[in-house]
Amino acid sequence: MSLPALPKDFSGDFKPVAKYSAAIKRPVEPVGQYFLAHATRTLRGHTWSEYEKIEAQKNVKKVEETNDDDDFDTNQDPELLAHDPREWKECDLYAVLGLQKYRYKATEDQIIRAHRKQVLVHHPDKKSAKGGLNQDGFFKIIQKAYELMLDPTKRRQFDSVDKEADVLPPPKPKSKSKDDPLPYDFYKAWGPVFDSEARFSNKKPVPSLGTAESTKKEIDLFYKFWQNFDSWRSFEFLDEDVPDDTSNRDHKRYIEKKNNSARKKKKTEDNRRLADLVKRASLEDPRIKAFKKSEKEAKEAKKKQKNAGADKAAAEAKAKKEAEEKAAAEAALAASAAKVSNKKAKEAAKNAKKKNKRNIRNAVKDNGYFGASDKATIIDADVETLIDAFDDVKLGEVAGKVHGSDAATAKAALDAVAKELTASGKVSSLKYFGA
Amino acid sequence: MVAIGIAFGNSTSSISVTKDGKVDVIANPDGDRFIPSALSYVGDDEYHGAQALAQLVRNPKSTVVNFRDFIGLPFAKVDPTYSQHSAHPVDVKGKVGYEINGKTVTVEEIAERHLKSIKLAAEDYIGQEVEGAVITVPTDFTDAQKETLTKVSESAGLKVLQLINEPTSALLAHLSAKEELLNDKIFVVADFGGIRSDAAVIAVRGGVLTVLSTAHDYNLGGDKLDDSLADFFAKEFQKKYKSDPKKTAKSLAKLKSACIITKKTLSNVQTSTISIDSLADGYDFHTSINRLRFELVGRQIFSKMASFVESVVTKAGLETLDIDEVLLVGGSSNIPKLASNVQFIFPESTVVQAPSLDSKLDNPNELTSKGAALQASMIESFDAEEIAESLQPVVVNTFHVSKPIGIKNAKGEFIQIISRETAYPIRKTITLEASADDILVELYEGKRTIKETVIEAEKYSDDEDSEEEEPEIVKELKYVPGELLGQLAVRGAGKGNKVEVIVNITRDGKLQITARSGAVVVKGEVQSA
Repeated sequence: MSLPALPKDFSGDFKPVAKYSAAIKRPVEPVGQYFLAHATRTLRGHTWSEYEKIEAQKNVKKVEETNDDDDFDTNQDPELLAHDPREWKECDLYAVLGLQKYRYKATEDQIIRAHRKQVLVHHPDKKSAKGGLNQDGFFKIIQKAYELMLDPTKRRQFDSVDKEADVLPPPKPKSKSKDDPLPYDFYKAWGPVFDSEARFSNKKPVPSLGTAESTKKEIDLFYKFWQNFDSWRSFEFLDEDVPDDTSNRDHKRYIEKKNNSARKKKKTEDNRRLADLVKRASLEDPRIKAFKKSEKEAKEAKKKQKNAGADKAAAEAKAKKEAEEKAAAEAALAASAAKVSNKKAKEAAKNAKKKNKRNIRNAVKDNGYFGASDKATIIDADVETLIDAFDDVKLGEVAGKVHGSDAATAKAALDAVAKELTASGKVSSLKYFGA
Repeated sequence: MVAIGIAFGNSTSSISVTKDGKVDVIANPDGDRFIPSALSYVGDDEYHGAQALAQLVRNPKSTVVNFRDFIGLPFAKVDPTYSQHSAHPVDVKGKVGYEINGKTVTVEEIAERHLKSIKLAAEDYIGQEVEGAVITVPTDFTDAQKETLTKVSESAGLKVLQLINEPTSALLAHLSAKEELLNDKIFVVADFGGIRSDAAVIAVRGGVLTVLSTAHDYNLGGDKLDDSLADFFAKEFQKKYKSDPKKTAKSLAKLKSACIITKKTLSNVQTSTISIDSLADGYDFHTSINRLRFELVGRQIFSKMASFVESVVTKAGLETLDIDEVLLVGGSSNIPKLASNVQFIFPESTVVQAPSLDSKLDNPNELTSKGAALQASMIESFDAEEIAESLQPVVVNTFHVSKPIGIKNAKGEFIQIISRETAYPIRKTITLEASADDILVELYEGKRTIKETVIEAEKYSDDEDSEEEEPEIVKELKYVPGELLGQLAVRGAGKGNKVEVIVNITRDGKLQITARSGAVVVKGEVQSA
């Protein structure tokens, strides 16, 4: 693509002709690296070139940083330098690369850089320049180590048997009793042990041993984790070299079988070792002891409380029972008393009734049948009829009126009731009263 | 800090993590990459994911599905259509809840439990505690819904770093995987989910994405295809055994879950079988179906989906010609028929990205969560304030040029430098050749024209074929020089030398043009209307 030629009559450098169409304001989607760049530009008010400058500066810094802080040892032990390359598996391969300080923690990047540093020092070409010939033994080991370290599977196999990275547990205390104080600080002695064992864990993060202030939950979690430890440790690295099967297939199979069983045996041993380790640590753990003690105390206190509680409850139950019995007896007494008084009242009422009836009859008799003694039988019969028809109230009323009064009053009273009763239809065959 | 990307869908959710710059969708402990967004309470047990979905057959009333859209909505506004065969939403003080085993559970609690299970699955996979997440939401999620989701997620132990739009997230993942983020293109992202479909037209300009339009259909999705397939099989079953498998909820649920599997299988193979033990009245059902039959059964839905994609383009004020690529997202995008239907409505120049057309593509179901994980890995090192600052309207709302800006070359053609819908500030550079010693650089706005080429139908030699084929018209979008904005003279550039033309639009809308050839530098500036 090409640009057109300038017409002859064009003057000046730039001629603005028109304005460009108005822009539309829209939200952009706040995602992606280019948006972040846009945001930085907008927020910091950078122009494009300023932004690029700053970005360029940043990149330079990053590159520099990556080359700093290398701490790889290139002065190896003379013994290691003289090691037979055929026996390379027996060397400390991290020491070979100068990564003793990092060991299993070394990153891939560190391994690459450490290897480069070692190569610069130990390359056979450099050695021969110094006068020694055929001194490529150690370089071979470096190459082997580098190859192994960059293969994650092989590196794990080596890490599994890297004795230098192991931290041994503290020596067992001599005293037999559990309650004796430990001759070492529990946390300082066991912390590094678990830290180093943690590298074999399939599960991350691995809980740490913690401090004397750790809560019971944390401690339980810690021991539970270690009791169910999921380890990737394997022992292929210690295998006997398997001969290739061109010479003797049976022999090869035999060696393979032997290797397999040896691995299995070592793995079981390792699992047992770890289990023992965890058990010992848990037995020695002062926190667990403290918890057990406090738990025991709490239990006893509870028991005590429970006993005290039981006594109180028994006393309460007894008191309640007594109260109930008392109440029952009182109730029975009251009931019988009520029965008696009821009976008495009934009798009294009966007597009163009898007395009233007698009073009425006597009143009639005493008044000489109101001067009509010839009709005595009729009057008597009438009185009886009346008395039978009276209810208790009426009876008392009439008895009160007639008792001890003179003949006229008694007769009037009896006449009145007789009329009343006849009117209400309670009696019908009265012959004398009410007539 | 470990941050993950979560695509939280109505039907399924998926988790993505970035590891060494690579994004992966991870499986939950059940082995599912697409974890059904379902929760079921049976007795005292709580089930998640596929295990919960399986309970739809036996315990539909205590199983919650399709609840994502209900989060943060008042009860009056929810559409319970898709809860018909599961626990029904109930009114809990104006909000949405469910009545499960006599207890009321709000939808927020359900979402919290679901996100918790997602967090656990991610932690199980990574082996580290997950603290933050970028979660995708549909473009029509309201502010209240976003706020509620943030709160719910935080109470599930997941800090929300950012909520991003689903189509944008999918497009980001797609473009990042292909490393095409810097190619200026206009995309249609069509997401065909389980119960709803969403589409968006997105302009990608200099790696910045701008949504031009969105469309939603709450009644279109894979579930509708399952239904039509279930109807088809139900008819066949009834014909054979004189028994209706749709009459009880249980047999219907059985039929539907089998149909889902059959539908998925048919995306990969031509023929599939369906077999259900004791579907209804003790009769077993076993039959086979081929892809063509399935396409016929779901024809109406497929054509609806295609016209849905067309509608979003119209909504953006564009024509199908303007669209450079169509990205199909969501489970239903695996269906070949859908991809070919969508391809049919676009001209040949438009590329449809679907797994049936390009087997090297990522799984369309994974894109959304992958984009979220990418975004998470980008912002996880920032503080919350820094992220919030970059989401301010002053940053997000930017001006976009409405017409393309470019220059005219020696042949009089328009060379586009800044495409339409580009957000500024922006700077673009192109290099051309000088045709003479002194050259003229003319800055133009592009004018959209459509070039029509008529391809005559082939004439058949035998006259028996009386049916005359219509001539085919191929349309092509072309920009020609429109309004002249300015002229720039570069004197002494030297014939045949390279000339660098830099067009820069500043934050305040000044359009600056610089032409440079060796030591010669000429500058000019044009204002915005």
